[in-house]
Amino acid sequence: MSQVGKSVPRVDAFDKVTGRAKYTDDLCDKNALVISVVRSTIAHGYVKSIDVTEAMKIPGVVKIFTCFDVPDIKFPTAGHPWSTDPGHQDVADRLLLNRHVRYYGDDVAAVVAENEVAAVKAARAVKVEYEELPFVLDPMEAMKEGAPQLHEEYPNNILKHTSIRIGNFEEAIKEPGLICVDKWYETPVVQHCHIENFIAYAYGEGDRIVVVSSTQIPHIIRRIVGQALGIPWGKVRIIKPYIGGGFGNKQDALYEPLVAFISMKLGGRLVKIDVPREDTFVSNRVRHSIRSHIVSWVRPDGTYVARKLEAFSDQGAYASHGHSIVAKGMGAFPQMYPCPNVQCDAYTVYTNKPAAGAMRGYGIPQAMFAVESHTDDVCRALGMDPEEFRRKNLMPQGFRDNFSKNENYYDSFNQCLDKAIEYMDYRRKFEEYKKQTGPIRKGIGISCFWYNTAVWPISLEHSSCRMVLNEDGTIQLQVGETEIGQGADTAFAQMAAEVVGLKDYRDVHVVSTQDTDVTPYGLGCYASRQTYVCGFSITQTGKILKEKILSHASELTRMAVTNLDVVDSNIVRKTDGRVLMSLADLATEVIYSLKKSDHITAESSYHITSNAYSFGCCIAEVEVDIPLCKATVTNIVNVHDCGKLINPALAEAQVHGGMSMGIGFGLSEQLLFDPKTGKALNNNLLDYKLSTALDHPHLKALFVENPEPTSPFGTKALGEPPATPVAPAIRNAILNATGVAIDRLPMNPHLLFQRFTEEGLIHDPWQEEEK
Amino acid sequence: MYDIKELYEAESLEHAIRLRVEHPEAHIIAGGSDVLIQIREGKRAGVELISIYTLDELRGVSLDENGAIRIGSLTSFSHITRDPIIQKYISVLGEAVDTVGGPQIRNIATIGGNTCNGVTSADSASTLHAYEAIAELTGPDGIRRIPIRDFYIKAGVVDIRPGEIQTAIIIPKESYENTQGCFIKYAMRNAMDIATLNCSVNVRLSPDKRTFERVRIAYGVAGPVPMRAPSAEAEANGKPVAMDTVEAFSSAVIKDIRPRDSWRAAKAFRQHIAVELARRALIESVKRCGGEL
Repeated sequence: MSQVGKSVPRVDAFDKVTGRAKYTDDLCDKNALVISVVRSTIAHGYVKSIDVTEAMKIPGVVKIFTCFDVPDIKFPTAGHPWSTDPGHQDVADRLLLNRHVRYYGDDVAAVVAENEVAAVKAARAVKVEYEELPFVLDPMEAMKEGAPQLHEEYPNNILKHTSIRIGNFEEAIKEPGLICVDKWYETPVVQHCHIENFIAYAYGEGDRIVVVSSTQIPHIIRRIVGQALGIPWGKVRIIKPYIGGGFGNKQDALYEPLVAFISMKLGGRLVKIDVPREDTFVSNRVRHSIRSHIVSWVRPDGTYVARKLEAFSDQGAYASHGHSIVAKGMGAFPQMYPCPNVQCDAYTVYTNKPAAGAMRGYGIPQAMFAVESHTDDVCRALGMDPEEFRRKNLMPQGFRDNFSKNENYYDSFNQCLDKAIEYMDYRRKFEEYKKQTGPIRKGIGISCFWYNTAVWPISLEHSSCRMVLNEDGTIQLQVGETEIGQGADTAFAQMAAEVVGLKDYRDVHVVSTQDTDVTPYGLGCYASRQTYVCGFSITQTGKILKEKILSHASELTRMAVTNLDVVDSNIVRKTDGRVLMSLADLATEVIYSLKKSDHITAESSYHITSNAYSFGCCIAEVEVDIPLCKATVTNIVNVHDCGKLINPALAEAQVHGGMSMGIGFGLSEQLLFDPKTGKALNNNLLDYKLSTALDHPHLKALFVENPEPTSPFGTKALGEPPATPVAPAIRNAILNATGVAIDRLPMNPHLLFQRFTEEGLIHDPWQEEEK
Repeated sequence: MYDIKELYEAESLEHAIRLRVEHPEAHIIAGGSDVLIQIREGKRAGVELISIYTLDELRGVSLDENGAIRIGSLTSFSHITRDPIIQKYISVLGEAVDTVGGPQIRNIATIGGNTCNGVTSADSASTLHAYEAIAELTGPDGIRRIPIRDFYIKAGVVDIRPGEIQTAIIIPKESYENTQGCFIKYAMRNAMDIATLNCSVNVRLSPDKRTFERVRIAYGVAGPVPMRAPSAEAEANGKPVAMDTVEAFSSAVIKDIRPRDSWRAAKAFRQHIAVELARRALIESVKRCGGEL
């Protein structure tokens, strides 16, 4: 029986629902010392001195480490595969604790105490004296001459600037009769808001350091801890238990290096850091706020002649994933709507704000908001229908990108649009909603999205796998790719059962915990890569295991190997389908054989040198209450061509989560900063408006299952794409409802009030009287 | 872990008052949904607490001999929403407190705590002001009853004197009888949110339902403490039940409210929403009274 393509229950469902599943804090011994980080109360400057006298008097305080106590080793934090080419290595720009503080909340000192109350109290009692410097919160300001300088190696605070040039933009726009649409779009700083805050603990073992961490990328963290502490990487062991979400925030070294350093300084004592929610918002990572300037030159028939994109990405204080984010968005620009003349420039700029890193979608939610809002703006300028315009201009079937060698094998965009349009009854509604006049109006909008899978060829793609056969014919499966709540372990089990020939995916015991001492090397959870890349390593390893099984089967049954197969956990003679013996009998016989005992295992790693597009669309329907300045999503669908589904129910759940994130990004979420101090204003779950279940309509997920030819299972990216098209679809629906284009996120009541007032939909006579 | 210096658990109301006298520095804790947050934030870190949470005598809703509705201060929001007396006579209060936080918070949080916290955004506050509720305080010298508007002194400060405990919220019969009301919480989310603006209106129509006999409106977050809008009320009282009256009523709100610019919301935005909420809450109240507009 085929094990893939079925909505089987998650392998971890029972443990998670009953509370038996162990997360980092469940595993940490309760006598651990506790760290509380002292954070800078200025946005930019130097620590002149730190007085810990009062703090040390607080009962329970063990030790206080300051920025004057840490090694002078700058380290990178991005959860990228390491590059042995120095030109492609991540930027190393921070220390364990910083004397040069670059944002309000920067790590200045760390209190270690016997309990949380003492640690927090002492952190409040540490006195820090600063030499203050001017600070800058806006990337455009930060690029200007004379702006405060964050890192001396990067003049004008430009971490990186890259470009794309196709054809000749300047020449092309000379064509007479073109229509020019020139607009700016802006997305805010948002945060991942995974339910489990970042937490890690460390202890010494022999001459090594063990860190148990809520991370998406255990093997990468091992390397970064080694780099940050200046110790051989093999001296570091990282263990990753179940985690309560990550969304990219935990695709970064957060406080693993600090907790490892402190434990080592305390002779290997057990030390824990459990970051409070308020600090998670500010001192982990955030999503890059990106300002995009798009200029399109279009013929009246709706043909793009020349296009320009300038994107400015707000990096915050430290490089983290840096330029990769805006570069990914820029890469999508000329591909999604191919055009003969394209000019793109992307800048990543340091500012005195929290460091931006990876977050679900990795630059594409920002890019799609700009690109797909712009698509509707172009349609309005031309008087063209947004659906028709998209069908005319989107990447056609057969398109091949020369750099990635990605190919659009199917007519995915049109197929996804067809499904979404039918489900939403889009065409009727779009026309009907154009004609409204009342205070409460409906609207419907489309956004498509471009995505790709994994990181090849920009970076290494690799996956390793180990399988161990038990006496009862079941197997243990280990991969370096991580379960972070998305259901990866279940997909792995389904694929492994399929490849080996087991009758049930539950006969695959996935070792969910990654332990870098034990687990085969893997890169972890990011880039919507895991099902795709593990597809290769699981297929290859499963075949090796099966070969070994069949070789023993041949000896035991005296049948030719070529005539044997493993089907439904039995050794089957292929020629007539007869069951010769069960896999369990074979496994037991082989391991206990007095003639030729063998422990049947297989292990292999696979270097992936292909990649796959993953496209789709969203249609959102809204109700806009103009006097109340509120837009409510009343109906929404995402359609994805992510290849063949391994587990349709889990795929649907993945889309639901992404749509929820997209609704928050579109309508309510935004981390705000005090312009006078640089301090975050709303770094808590009350004031940061993460959307709730009551803010969502029914979330509909549909799929087009074109098998991806490069994947052994026909599968490709689904982790991140669902979050990418939602905000622009809502934006275009508001445009359809009201005629008002909103070019900034979130489209919350504050912004709607401002825009509706500007556009004359709201008129408050008393405002003029007051003026 | 919470930084709590000492916890005294009251076993009776008399004991609670004694503890208040013995430990004048101690803070009162009921459900804890505000106090514990403030301790964690450091605002009340290291405090002594007097817990009154187990005093069942302060829990429940009843009608007293004068027909006044008496809500014990420890009555939880979910209790109030489901209480038959509330549903029968003053359902709008049940609706208002049903907008607090989420279900877990509404099970633990109390109306006494909500009012004693003294914040303008408390979801019970605008309705209690609109109904001219009375706060009952019990102390070493006996019982003191004061109008809710006097109970709120300024932002975060209420009139609880040394040794006192708030024991009940009372809605007089004259206030609630023959009225229908409407409460609108304006927030950025449909759950788990703090109000950008709260508006509570209640209306008594003439027997023929053609005249506004009495209209009352109160806001939360339109100023530092919850407030009534007397100019708006004057525009409606005694006037015909008609859209002209509704418009005059709602635009007059601007004269009364004092919202401010903050990063949470601009003054102009709050003013705009205040007028629209007044309008919608009055229209809905008329509808609930069986009137026609």
